[in-house]
Amino acid sequence: MLKQTKYLTKRYGLDTSWTLETYERTGGYQQARRALSMAPEEIVSEMKAANLRGRGGAGFPMGVKWSFMPPKADRPHYLAINADEGEPGTFKDRTIMENDPHAVVEGCMIGCRAIGANAAYIYVRDELHLSKQRLWGAIRDARAKGYLGEKPFGIDYPVDVFVHSGAGAYICGEETSLLNSLEGRRGEPRLKPPFPAQYGAFGMPTTVNNLESIATAVVVMEMGGDNFSRISDLHEMRDGGSRLFGVSGHVNTPGTWECAVGLTLRELIYDLGGGPKGGDILGIIPGGSSTPILRPHEVVDAPDEGHPLHRWHGASVLDVPLGVDTMRNLGTMLGTCCAIVLSEQACPVLAMHNLMRFYRHESCGQCTPCREGSGWLERILDRIVAGEADIDELDRLHEIASNIMGNTICAFGEGTAMPALGFLRKFRKEFEAFVRTRGQSSTGRLTLETPADDRAA
Amino acid sequence: MSLKMPAPPAPPTSANDADEPPSSGPAKRQPFVLSPDREPVLADILARYPNKMAATIPLLHLCQEQHGWVSNEVVTYVAETLEVPTSHVFGVTTFYSLFFTHPMGVHHVWVCRTLSCALNGADAVLERCRERLGIDVGETTPDGRISLHTAECLASCGSGPMMQIDKSYHENLTLERVDVLLDRLRRGRPLASALGDGPTR
Repeated sequence: MLKQTKYLTKRYGLDTSWTLETYERTGGYQQARRALSMAPEEIVSEMKAANLRGRGGAGFPMGVKWSFMPPKADRPHYLAINADEGEPGTFKDRTIMENDPHAVVEGCMIGCRAIGANAAYIYVRDELHLSKQRLWGAIRDARAKGYLGEKPFGIDYPVDVFVHSGAGAYICGEETSLLNSLEGRRGEPRLKPPFPAQYGAFGMPTTVNNLESIATAVVVMEMGGDNFSRISDLHEMRDGGSRLFGVSGHVNTPGTWECAVGLTLRELIYDLGGGPKGGDILGIIPGGSSTPILRPHEVVDAPDEGHPLHRWHGASVLDVPLGVDTMRNLGTMLGTCCAIVLSEQACPVLAMHNLMRFYRHESCGQCTPCREGSGWLERILDRIVAGEADIDELDRLHEIASNIMGNTICAFGEGTAMPALGFLRKFRKEFEAFVRTRGQSSTGRLTLETPADDRAA
Repeated sequence: MSLKMPAPPAPPTSANDADEPPSSGPAKRQPFVLSPDREPVLADILARYPNKMAATIPLLHLCQEQHGWVSNEVVTYVAETLEVPTSHVFGVTTFYSLFFTHPMGVHHVWVCRTLSCALNGADAVLERCRERLGIDVGETTPDGRISLHTAECLASCGSGPMMQIDKSYHENLTLERVDVLLDRLRRGRPLASALGDGPTR
């Protein structure tokens, strides 16, 4: 159900929303002040009651993640914030850092208290210079006021926050790779176990949270966990609160909006995104490029009463609420909640080619199935696009993608294989026709007929 | 690939150097030295982390901003400063796509070409940049001013097609806007940017 909210985004659009003055005038830093005098377990239980599912893609419950940290702080603990925002189609964390950086800093303070850490590192991809500048500005002002440092608000619990720049690597959005990068190493993912809560940054217990998640922690403290969770239509499915939804690609008004969890793709595309442009929809990638594509005519098949999607049996996939578990049961993923819409004028073969080039470029090269497999996928697609492939090579794409799945250290392998398999399964006819006709069956482009220079500036 | 670069700057001559007899052999490459105004930044970076190795990426950024690319001399400097092996620093340098292991132009133009931008005309934007600059992706203009790159998703999907010029994003591009931006860049004119004066790293 479409329910636009203004909890996380209440300062968006305010004049100088990123300054300490505006932040405090609108109630800022009250929750950090309160949290620093609370017991860590109290904060964690608020967060558990909030049913805040991680906003970075995997959707792990944030309160549960915090509870994994060892209770006794006999060695340093760290909080690492993931603002690598590299998932194609995703542009939500940036809006928080640019519009409301103090909320990130305050969230870090609450998080530090909850997990027994005294330092938080916000890992921001290097390209987001404005975001980093706003975050550093917020940190500087908070330090000057004595909100960060040895005795925040006069409370004897030192907290400091730092921004760490990446250097252009998508893989550093994977949590253990992020930790390696933070330590000054190549951003190659680590084997798990040991999990970061046991052996994280600098060998110490560490929690890695997405940037939107940590900013939302402030809202949770403000409202109380249970109240926050009940904003959501999927409260019963333990998927609470409100979050940022985004849509890009072939829609009339792309952007990000804060809505209660439970928004449907139809509402996101038609009500918020202004509807598709360039005719009917070919497909929708629901939450960042690693989530398998959906076709608009698909319907939910869940006749069994015990099935989590039974309520929506027979409904269009566009009318299923966007939640972590609902999307998983549809055979795709909620991911980062930022959808990409493709018009029927776009060729699915070229779209897959574009994404597979991305994954080949971004594979860190540590595991053979991913390093070689992503290259093979791209090269076969090169041949298909050039009209040189034969029909057997479609099966080879399937085989390679299936052999990447589950055979790599991190989830990047699945992130490559799942969308590849999604495209191949959902567009089998189009792929076969493309190969048989050597591309003649295709529109031959990704863009709409309107050339780019006719668009409004 | 034609990669033409301006001649390297002449080595600094100090009073001491003047006393040395001129060498007849091939010019020895000068060791890299961080500029004095960057020294306090380095001290600030080192204070952020529990060990020195963690400063590898921030220090490489700092050096690259000064030198334009990460030369072997920069690698040696970073390794010695942070007391880590040169192999470690070189490994980090080559892992990340924003560190350059060869000389680059003064300005960098990055055109995003991942799906959301591609759906909205990124290819046409890239083609226009190639045409206007007269160079291909990965190359630098003959005057050494502008390097052209493609980028993978820059988190600006709702406002594609887009490109990054140095530290600023330019979004919702039209081909006319691309022309204006590149023209201003070539003539050394400032480009509109939301970036203020504060530090970004």
